[in-house]
Amino acid sequence: MAVSSRPISVAAPRRLSVRAISNTVLLVIGMCFLLPLGWLVLASIDESASLVASVPGSVSGANFDAVLTTDQTFRPLWNSFVLSGGCALITVVAAVLAAYPLSRYRMRFNKPFMYGVLFGTGLPITAMMVPVYGLFVRLNLLDSLTGTVFFLAATSLPMAIWMMKNFMDSVPVSLEEAAWVDGASAMKALRTVVVPLMRPGIAVVFIFVFIQAWGNFFVPFVLLLSPEKQPAAVSIFTFFGQYGSVAYGQLAAFSLLYAAPVLVLYVLVSRLLGGSFTMAGAVKG
Amino acid sequence: MTTTLDTGPKVDPRPDGAPSRARSAGRTAGRLLPLGPALVLLALFMAGPVVWSFYGSFTDAALTGAAAQESSWIGLDNYTGLFSDPNFPKSVWLTVVFVVTSAIIGQNVLGLTLAMLMRQATGVVRAVVGTLVVTAWVLPEIVAAFAAYAFFHADGTLNEALGLVGLGGSNWLYDFPMLAVIIANIWRGAAFSMMVYAAALANLPPDVTEAATVDGASGPKRLMYVTLPMIRRSISTNFMLTTLMTLQVFTLIYVMTAGGPGTDSSTLPILAYQEAFSFGRVGYGTAIATIMLLIGAVFSIIYIRMLRPEVD
Repeated sequence: MAVSSRPISVAAPRRLSVRAISNTVLLVIGMCFLLPLGWLVLASIDESASLVASVPGSVSGANFDAVLTTDQTFRPLWNSFVLSGGCALITVVAAVLAAYPLSRYRMRFNKPFMYGVLFGTGLPITAMMVPVYGLFVRLNLLDSLTGTVFFLAATSLPMAIWMMKNFMDSVPVSLEEAAWVDGASAMKALRTVVVPLMRPGIAVVFIFVFIQAWGNFFVPFVLLLSPEKQPAAVSIFTFFGQYGSVAYGQLAAFSLLYAAPVLVLYVLVSRLLGGSFTMAGAVKG
Repeated sequence: MTTTLDTGPKVDPRPDGAPSRARSAGRTAGRLLPLGPALVLLALFMAGPVVWSFYGSFTDAALTGAAAQESSWIGLDNYTGLFSDPNFPKSVWLTVVFVVTSAIIGQNVLGLTLAMLMRQATGVVRAVVGTLVVTAWVLPEIVAAFAAYAFFHADGTLNEALGLVGLGGSNWLYDFPMLAVIIANIWRGAAFSMMVYAAALANLPPDVTEAATVDGASGPKRLMYVTLPMIRRSISTNFMLTTLMTLQVFTLIYVMTAGGPGTDSSTLPILAYQEAFSFGRVGYGTAIATIMLLIGAVFSIIYIRMLRPEVD
């Protein structure tokens, strides 16, 4: 891109062919990415869908009609919403509170804590699920939505604190000093000065945590047992186990309904961060 | 708490001559108070399971039977059992193969390739391909797993496509389960590496590569001696992040092959789950979990050392 603006006209034809090759290779790779994704979309509108991605003879909403029931879709989606929303809310509140002293005060405690947080982001949560199951049995939290929400919140906290501290560091202290001089407490300064200024950052962390919790399959799969408490990720898997070998179209339709909120939220978060590729930057800190 | 926190860094609200050390200790405690909720959550649900994992791996905890009610201390039996069980070394090997080929090689090479090609490509192509790649990554894990399952299934899209170009297909999920899950994981995770490398390449000063071009360095040479050394920090960070993420992959493999056939694609997370919940040997599964936690911890520490300047 930067090179194409060079004023050397001799380079132009070569540039053109580089561009053509790049485009072709990219389109081939894109095709490989499209095939599995395309199946989801095509099968969902195909009444007689198979496992092959093929354009259906006629577009039909039958698959969506079939899965749009309370048991199949609405209750699991509501459970997903409760789990992810609760988890994101708890995480964001705890992370904002924790980020404030870490960002504002120079304490001997800060560095070890931030190292600990960073260490926590690297721990394999899937590895923990067997001991977590044991712990939940002991604490009598098994099959409890609340317990699962708190566990999900705890596992997303390290990343959330890390991101939140970075966002908070970019809010200038001078604005709070004015509030302090006016006699506001630190908590009041946080609420009235810092939080409003970092609203986009908070939204990013909230959505980020929400997306992760929404997509999480393993944690609710292990910790929630009754079907009426299970989120969409688990109920979709149960459906796959029961009817997966016949009702491909319904499986694809349900998958799309379940995936749609996450896709929308992702677009929202990339808008907030001002670019489509910025999520990784936020993750990197 | 409020009185202490009333302090701005520059204002001392208690000029009443209290001993300064006690005062500063009290102030520090007050300032740390907002960390409370986070600390409680982390202690209970992160540190708790880790400690529990170490403890549980020395017991005969089980899902059913007498040991389910009251587990007893059996010392290192689970660990000695692990090493005499042929499934465990096999699973460690499969995990290493999975992480090295799908994350360290696959996702990183594909991600870097995509990021570099996108800098040369037309805007429309960039947007379309970028959206497809990122969609595979943003989709919930289980949906991506279904899509990959349908793609690699004996009656799936891959065999159909191979048939169209005159090649014979295969029952990928049974005959080449590792190959299928490795490719699926590259497909799912390449977006992350692409975004990291796109950001790294965008931050490169253009004059350096231009200087190399003027000096007559060919494309591959520029890549080897100019571009890669300049983004090496992003490369090492991304190696660690993709390794840590891939070490945790459960859903993708569980949906596609369930670790099978037999244990031919049982990486450590799958093996731990199967031992604990399919065979009811919770203590044994916990021992596998503990080993995985230790592996994760080692990688995590290496990762922290690489990021050290950012914390300080």
